[in-house]
Formats: sequence, structure tokens, C-alpha cells
Amino acid sequence: MAWAKKILRVNLTDGSIASEPLNMEWAQAYLGQRGLATRYLVEEVDPKCDPLGADNKVIMATGPLTGTMASTGGRYSVITKSPLTGTVACSNSGGFIGAEMKMAGWDMIIFEGKAASPVYLHVENDNAKLLPADQLWGKSVWETDELIHKIHQDPQIRIACIGRAAEAGCLYSAVINDLHRAAGRSGVGAVLASKNLKAVAVRGTLGVGNIKDPKRFMQSTGEQKQVLAENAVTGQGLPAFGTQVLMNVINEIGAMPTRNMREVKFEGAHKISAEAMAEPRKSDSKPNLTTNAGCFACTIACGRISTIDKGHFSVENKPQYWGNSGGLEYEAAWALGSDTGIDDLDALTYANFLCNEDGFDPISFGATVAAAMEMFEQGVITTEDTGGIEFKFGSAEALCKAAEITAAGEGFGKDLGMGSKRMCEKYGRPELSMTVKGQEFPAYDPRGIQGMGLTYATSNRGACHLRSYTVASEVLGIPEKTDPLATEGKPGLVKAFQDATAAFDSSGLCIFTSFAWTLDNVAPQLDASCEGDWTAERLVEVGERIWNLERDFNNKAGFTAKDDTLPKRFFTEPANTGPAEGKVSGVEQMLPEYYDLRGWTPDGEVTTQTRDRLDLPS
Amino acid sequence: MHHVIIGAGPAGVVAAEHLRKLDANCRISLIGDEPEPPYSRMALPYLLIDKIDEAGTYLRKSDGHYDRIGVEVRNDLVVSVSTSDRQLMLGGGGKVDYDKLLIATGARPTKPPIAGTDLAGVHSCWTLADARQIAEHTKPGAKVILMGAGFIGCIILEALASRGVELTVIEMEDRMVPRMMNHSSAGLIKSWCERKGVSVLTSMRVAAIQQDTGAHPLSVQLEGGASHPADLVICATGVAPNTELLQGTGITIDQGVLVNEHLQTSDANVFAAGDVAQGKDFSTGEYSVQAIQPTAVEHGRVAATNMASGHDMVHAGCINMNVLDTMGLVSASFGAWEGVANGESAELNDPGNYRYLNLQFEDDVLVGANSLGLTQHVGVLRGLIQSRFHLGHWKDKLLNNPTQIMEAYMAAAQGIGKA
Amino acid sequence: MLKSLHISPDKCTGCLQCELACSYENEGVFNPAKSRIKVFTFHQEGRFVPYTCTQCDEAWCMQACPVDAIVVNTATGSKDVLADVCVGCKVCTIACPFGTVNYSQDTGKVIKCDLCGGNPQCVEACPTAAITYVDADATGLDRMRAWAGKTDNAATARA
Repeated sequence: MAWAKKILRVNLTDGSIASEPLNMEWAQAYLGQRGLATRYLVEEVDPKCDPLGADNKVIMATGPLTGTMASTGGRYSVITKSPLTGTVACSNSGGFIGAEMKMAGWDMIIFEGKAASPVYLHVENDNAKLLPADQLWGKSVWETDELIHKIHQDPQIRIACIGRAAEAGCLYSAVINDLHRAAGRSGVGAVLASKNLKAVAVRGTLGVGNIKDPKRFMQSTGEQKQVLAENAVTGQGLPAFGTQVLMNVINEIGAMPTRNMREVKFEGAHKISAEAMAEPRKSDSKPNLTTNAGCFACTIACGRISTIDKGHFSVENKPQYWGNSGGLEYEAAWALGSDTGIDDLDALTYANFLCNEDGFDPISFGATVAAAMEMFEQGVITTEDTGGIEFKFGSAEALCKAAEITAAGEGFGKDLGMGSKRMCEKYGRPELSMTVKGQEFPAYDPRGIQGMGLTYATSNRGACHLRSYTVASEVLGIPEKTDPLATEGKPGLVKAFQDATAAFDSSGLCIFTSFAWTLDNVAPQLDASCEGDWTAERLVEVGERIWNLERDFNNKAGFTAKDDTLPKRFFTEPANTGPAEGKVSGVEQMLPEYYDLRGWTPDGEVTTQTRDRLDLPS
Repeated sequence: MHHVIIGAGPAGVVAAEHLRKLDANCRISLIGDEPEPPYSRMALPYLLIDKIDEAGTYLRKSDGHYDRIGVEVRNDLVVSVSTSDRQLMLGGGGKVDYDKLLIATGARPTKPPIAGTDLAGVHSCWTLADARQIAEHTKPGAKVILMGAGFIGCIILEALASRGVELTVIEMEDRMVPRMMNHSSAGLIKSWCERKGVSVLTSMRVAAIQQDTGAHPLSVQLEGGASHPADLVICATGVAPNTELLQGTGITIDQGVLVNEHLQTSDANVFAAGDVAQGKDFSTGEYSVQAIQPTAVEHGRVAATNMASGHDMVHAGCINMNVLDTMGLVSASFGAWEGVANGESAELNDPGNYRYLNLQFEDDVLVGANSLGLTQHVGVLRGLIQSRFHLGHWKDKLLNNPTQIMEAYMAAAQGIGKA
Repeated sequence: MLKSLHISPDKCTGCLQCELACSYENEGVFNPAKSRIKVFTFHQEGRFVPYTCTQCDEAWCMQACPVDAIVVNTATGSKDVLADVCVGCKVCTIACPFGTVNYSQDTGKVIKCDLCGGNPQCVEACPTAAITYVDADATGLDRMRAWAGKTDNAATARA
């Protein structure tokens, strides 16, 4: 009974706000958060709708373990139809607002319609109000956070909001909560902007109670925390180095996409790695990394809190950037650094700060800058297009400037804000966009880690590492080591990861626990807290159901098997060095087996049998 | 060594206990003139709402507490003091010799100089006996008039309202609790009370109380001519220190019994503590009668220490502070809440939610505060005032957002953000 | 030997496990708003600071209580609120200069840390040993109190 069993429905068109009971039948089938909110989206939103139109809806959803003492139990997701990809979007975030929503007594908030003028939602337990946000429109995330705290004079309010990037139409704009945690991918921020919804401010003091078997729950969560503490990745690697622990590892195995993914190894990786972040700098002998930080209830604490060197050109005369804020995670460091060929740690940190400050996804942004750099190198675009910025690979100045104009939606920043697919199409070079279904790649080369190629091709929200992180198996040996260069067995591996991940993402827990936990570790925590019997087997089934539900939504939106592919580069330009030298992606060989394992037609459609087996809605 | 304490309120009881702690062998006598075991006036409102029974008001709960620590408690009235003989005359005819004497006789309610305050049906709310009387006469539907919306008046508001009476509060000043809260916050208390069905008349004086032959036995005449029928009138217009006992002893009496930084009166063997004492105020450095619970306790400890042989304690002064629950709305005041010359202030005013916070600074030091509707961490306001921490840039943060008092305190105490 | 809470803010990650454990132990609900320990975040400085009652010797709260509702737990040295005696007058909440005694409108009583009777759950829950329960030897306790903040006593004793 860890669910609050209540949904807050906010109609932005007519300003009405209603409380309704959570559909517990669906909760038993789809668990919560990603799965359950997608079930609502499928029920209520036409897959063919304009993602930025009033017909789209956006759902902020928690899982049953959100707000409890289960380690990492503070997650929430933003579920909507993505304006970047046209697929279902589900962006997961930590921080504190998810737990705060639950403390206020809500499993989900569903936003529908479109407000006539800017508004923000203020929730204080049962009391929810739409308030005018005219004075907040045009403000950054950080300014908005400060202003809302000031308006309500309550330091405990948790805030999720959009920045200027979303307002300017950036298609990979994010919803940022707690200043620097992000529901980052797929442009969920742009959907809020399209609805004139600037922010959601929550204060919850009711707490989360009604745990089914409190004693067993406390014992189980305690045991599972111990498992995290004793695991080398979750107990040592992530707290000490963050996800940046991967920078040198991935670079060493020649799977570090570099300079718009032309290459697989970055010579400057050691300058932007976790180790570099811990190195005292010359100017003030402080390291880039101040401390690690945990999201709500997280006993891993991989978060980075960093500063920029005050003397760095990017912040020289800008004291507002001299304090601590959210530092580089691996994907951001890769996209802003390796993919652009930039090895200036302070420039990367600055660009990352701006991504948080104005709410846009550093992965898509960095990858789009990388595409612009390749076009610039080839003379497709010039300083005339870019407003004078020399988009050269390796140029820290170009990156910082690009971040500033994308944040503000000015000049060439408008093009950058389209994402690389639309930008490259605009300049006639679609093949230079490193995207799947319109979403930019993350930090693992599909030639060097073959399973990730299939992960990207089949991800329900476009290229993404967080839908089936087979890196765990192919590189780190979790739960067992597979050969990253092999394609054999990968369809099954990808499917297993996809289904398990969908269950993790629907529980309220963080996927990073899966470095140490399997669903066998999650199930007892759910079983002790939620009504119903929860086993690992049932969670796999729930995960598979969710995966198919998402796929079905995408199919109905018009996606077919031909969209399950990678950019040409990965089939025609073999890896240039390292263990994968000479290899291209084997996605096309893996797909038929994958579809078969999924119970889909060769065209990637969910079959009737599969639909019936999983009891999917028609 | 015989220590004699006159007055069995908090100051007297704390002093007796503290004396025992410092000196295992001395003789300690505690003389009180009310028949009950030492009790707390602070608890009377809760007795009136039946949250506690009479035993719940007792200052000390364990049976035989005073016997166990060797304090002789006497129920008697001290009628005079001879400082030259170091001797007390008791109403029962006895005499008590002392080596050191603590005057902790407290205060008593005053009645305004108007006609009719002696009529049956006009009560104070000060003693357990008063509380019993009020409880007996406040039946549902009865018309009750509360004269005075000061601290005492306000703490019994809820008790009265919850008994289902029809309640009217009359306050001559322009706001409720004028000696505790500023205009903005006091205004919120008034509107809160009105919302709860209490009629509140401020800037209004009572001219007289008369007997009435109608449905209600009393009639309260207001200046300006209006009159209100009443079944019961409660007089909470103020208190005065009980200093009469020292008249003629030569001990200096001003507003109260004047004491120095050792809580010593002008007679070296006589000390005073609590509501009767005019002691040093932490904020102003001047000597005043504070008549509040925390000061009574602090006075009791300091006086006891200085009475015990071989100890010496200098008192930096008490912070005037109060906390009040007016029908569920919690307010508090600290120190120089009215501000100081050339000071600055920060304000949070959220009338819609009945939240209010006002901070007063002198340079970058917090010197006073008013809070309303806040119940978390309010004590830190005392901490900031008492520690006289220099807030540095945190003062600017507080000017911008006064709710960050805990952060400011911790930053100052732990040096966070100074590097 | 009495034990006391020892807090090392430099180890704190701000995860609030302590607040969850505290509220669950004392209120039967996961609810930081009802926790007796509170983690304060200093965003600019990149610091997280757990904060609760230090069970100080002065025991301002206990001294100020007019009805003897706060007593010393002889087993742990903590100053405990006796809920059935507390009348809810809140004098302790303004007397405590550390701001660690708070009034609960739900119960009409005050709440403060009681070291969970000698098995503090915040310590159990803290994943980084930022909160530990250690022998209250003179140095440790002094350090703890120095950490909680120096507050000049209203009176300075000279024995």
C-alpha cells in the first residue's frame, strides 16, 4: 500500500483541479511511475497527436517505493509524447520532488490542455492551486526556483520547472527539479512550455505510511542497503567517482564515441574524467569536485557537486557561477567533451551548469554541437550561419557560447535547439545526425559495445542507454560478462535488460541500484510494502508488459521496424582503433531474433498472441 | 545555613532545587501562601480545557519530591520581613530566621480603576481557585466578556471559547498582545480570533461594570455609551509585582524589587527572582520586570547560585520572550522585537496562511523577532539573539528570505561559507 | 559511559535516510516533516549538515518546562519529553537556543530527540557514518557541542 492511491488531475485549459482515485487494477499490472503513467497516457492520449498541442498530456508520476526508506526511493518520471522523437517519452529524475509529491499524498499529477497564460502549480498536501507565472516566464530554472521559494517563503518547497530553453522551443529541453536534477531526455520540458506550465512546486507533510508489513519492509530495505554498500560499484565506485568512473574504462575499450562518433577513443579523456575532477587545480588548489551528494533516500550518492575555476574564461566576470552546483556526470562529460573533442574540464562544467540553469539535456545538446562541428568542418555551415562562432572540434569557446545561445534560444541557438536531426536536415546533411528516432546517442559506441547498438535501435524513446544498459554485462560483467564485440545472445540480453529496467523504472527506485541488485532484490521490498504478491518473476512480466505497451503506442504513432536502426555511419565506417577496430554495428543481424523473442511480427508489430498474453489494452 | 524562599512558583522551586544541588547540607524552606502543592500558572489554560487535571499543573510531578531533596514546604503567609534580624513573621503567628532570603512572591492581577470590578461574576484568571470559579461559571451559551487581550487574556481565550460561551474581548490598546507582537502580527491574531467566532474590540475602554436585572446578571458599559450584557467578566488587564512585603524594609523597590547582576537586592542577604524582580534585560541592558516563565527559571538558578556559599554568578540579563497559542495560532516574540535605532528588519508577511516572521537587526546581529504560525526551530531565534553572532552575508540572505534562520544560525555557528 | 550523537557533516550526502528513520521510529510514517533530526543544505557551499538536539547540559528546555514534562533519561542522558505530562505550552520551544524542540500541532505536544532510548535510528540508517553514536567522553561531547554552535550562556559561572 505504498501507493498514495490518489491522482491529481490538472486541466490547464479550464483551470480545474481534481483528485481522483488511482486505478488500482492498473497499479497491479503496471506497478507505478513509468509503467502506470504510460498506461494512463495510452488511455487518454492519441498516439498521433501533436506533442506540442493541447491534446498531449504530461504526467509526473512516482512509484510505490517513492518516498519510502528503500534506498534510492525518491524517483519520479515525466511521461508524455515526445516532441523530439514523436514516441512515448519517459524521463526519470531523482532529487527530492518525487518524494515530496508522495508526502503530499499524490501518486501522480496529470496535466492536460493548455493554459491561456503562464501558470505554475502549487501543491501543499491536499491543497493544489494554479497560480499565475507571468513573472516567472522568461526566467531561468535557478531564478524560478528562487522566486517561487520567495513567493511562498517556505524553504522546504520542492520545485520542478522549465528554463528559458524550453520556452524558446528547444526540443530537448528538460524538466529540472531541485536545481540540478533532471527529467532530462526527449524534450519533456518543451511539452510543459507548450502548455504554458512553468513550474510545479510541492510541499508534502503528510508522509508515506500504510506500508503493508512495516517490520518486514524495514528489515528488507536494511538488507538491500547492505547489498548496495558491499558492492564495488554502488558501494565505492559511484560514491567516489560518480558515473564518471566510466570515462577511462569506456575509453580504454575503444567504445568512447568521439567527434560526432567518427572515432571510438578520445585522447583527452583523462583530462575530463572522474580522476581529473578530483585533482586540485592550480588557481585555488581546490578540485572541481567538492563533494558527492545523494538524492532522496539514496545510499549510493553518485551525484556530483562541483565548482568552476573562478579564473576560467567562461565565468571570469560572472560570480553567479562561482558557487557549487551539479557537476558532470559521465554522459554529460562525454557529450560535452569527447563527442565535441573538448578536453577543458571547466568549460564542460560551465556548459553543464547552463544545461541545469536553463533546462536542457546535455547529451542531446553536446551531440548536436558535435554534429554542428562536423558540418562546420565540412563547410556545410559557416560563421555566417553560426553568428560568428567557430564551431571547431575541440573549441571550448564554441561550446560555452553554444550553451549560452541555446539556453536563451538566440540566433544559431535556435538551430541547436532543434536537435541534431532537424538541424542536419535543415542544412541538407541528415546523415551527420547521430540519432535514433530523432534522439541523440549517449556515450557508448555501438561498434565497440554491440548490445548497445541494439539498445539504441529498439529503445522506445529513441537512442538511449537507460532503456537496457547492457554495458553492465558487456563491460562490467554484471550480472555476468558477455563479449562486447559479439552479437550472439545480445537480443536476449537486451530484452532481459529492457524488461527488468522497465520494472525498476516503475518502482520508484533508481536504475543505478541494478549494478548491485536484480529484481530478486527489489521484489521483497515491494512485497513487504505493496498489496499483492510481488516476486521477481512477476516484475519481469510487468516489465515486459510495460515495454510492449510503449512499443504499441509508438507503432500507433506511426513507427515501424524501419525506424529501429542506427545512422549509416555505424554500418559504413568501422571503428578506427582499439579492440573494436574494423568493426561495424551488427544491429541488422540482431533485429530479427529480437523481434522473435519479443513476440512481434518481422515488421516490429506486437502480435495478437503477445497482446493477449500480456493483457495489453487494444 | 538556612535559605528561605518566599513564593512557591517556578522561580522559588527552581531556586530551592538549585540550592540543594550546590549545597547538600544547607537548610531550605519554601513558603507559599496557596494551599496547593507548587503549581504552574502556565498550565491553567490547559486545565480549563480539561487537557489536564489539577495535578497536571503541579510544577513537580513525583510524590515526595520536596521531601526527597530536603526542601521544607510551608503553606503560610509571610506578613513581614525584618532584614536587621533576618527574620520573617508568618500569618500563622510563627517566625522564621534566615541567613539568605529569596523573594519570589510573583505578581498578582490588577484591576482597572473602574466601578464594578468587585461584583460577583467578575474574576481574574490567575490562581487555581480562579480557574475553578471560571470553569464553574462558563456554561455553553453564557455571555463572557474578557477585559484585556494581553498575554494572559490570550492564553485563556481558547479555554473560554472551547467551553461554548459567547465571547467578547475588549482591549484598550490598538491591538491584541501589544506588548508582545507588532501591528501586523497582532492584526493577524485578531482576524484569526474573529474567524473563530470571537468578537474582538480593540482601542476600546470599559467605563464600568454594573449589575443588571435582566437575563444576564452583569452589564459592561463601554466608553462611548454602548453596553454589553454578560454572565461572567474576566479581568486580565495586567499584573503587578507583589512587593508590599518589603515596604519599609529599606530594600529598593522601583517597578519591582530591584536586583543587580547577581539577583541581589540592595540588602546583601536578600535576593529576588521571577515576576517580582526587576532584573537586567539582555537586549536593553536596563532593569525591568519581565514576568515570564523562562526568566523566572533563569532568575531562580542565578539567585540560588549566588545565595549558595562559595559560588558567584554574574547574570547577563534575560531575553524577554514569549510564546502564545491563541486558539491554535502560535506566535512568539523575542528580545528587541520592536527594533532598535538605525537597525534593519526583514519581514515575511503571509496573511492568507497566517504566517508571519519579522527579524530585527542591529548591524549584522539579530536583536529581536516576532513570529506567527511557525512552529519549527523557532528557538533558534533566541540562539541567534543570545549568541550575538555576526551574521555577515547571511544577514542579506535573511533580509531576502527570513525563513532561513536555521541555515543562518548554523552558518554562523559552524563557519559554513566563510572560506 | 554515556553515549552521544556525533555528527560529521563532511560525510553527509544529504540523502535524508536519517529523517526517514527518525520519523518512522517515532511517528510510524516516512515523513521528514516530522523528523527530530533535520539535514540542512548549503547549496552554494556544497555542504549538507544534519542537525538535532545535542542533549546539552544546560537543558534549557527542561529548565523552562513549567510542568516537569522534560526529564533526564538516566540510562542515556537524553532529555525526554513525557508526552502525557506535556501540556503543550511551548515555552521549551522558545527556550531552546538551538531550535531543536518543536511543537506538533497534530498532537498538541512538543517533540524532540530522545536518542530512541539508546538505539538512535538515524545512526542505523546513515549510509556514510556521518551520524554515529559514540562514547560521550569529554572531547567527543565537547566537539559535538562546539559543532552545534556556541551560545554564550546567559550567565557565566565562576565557582
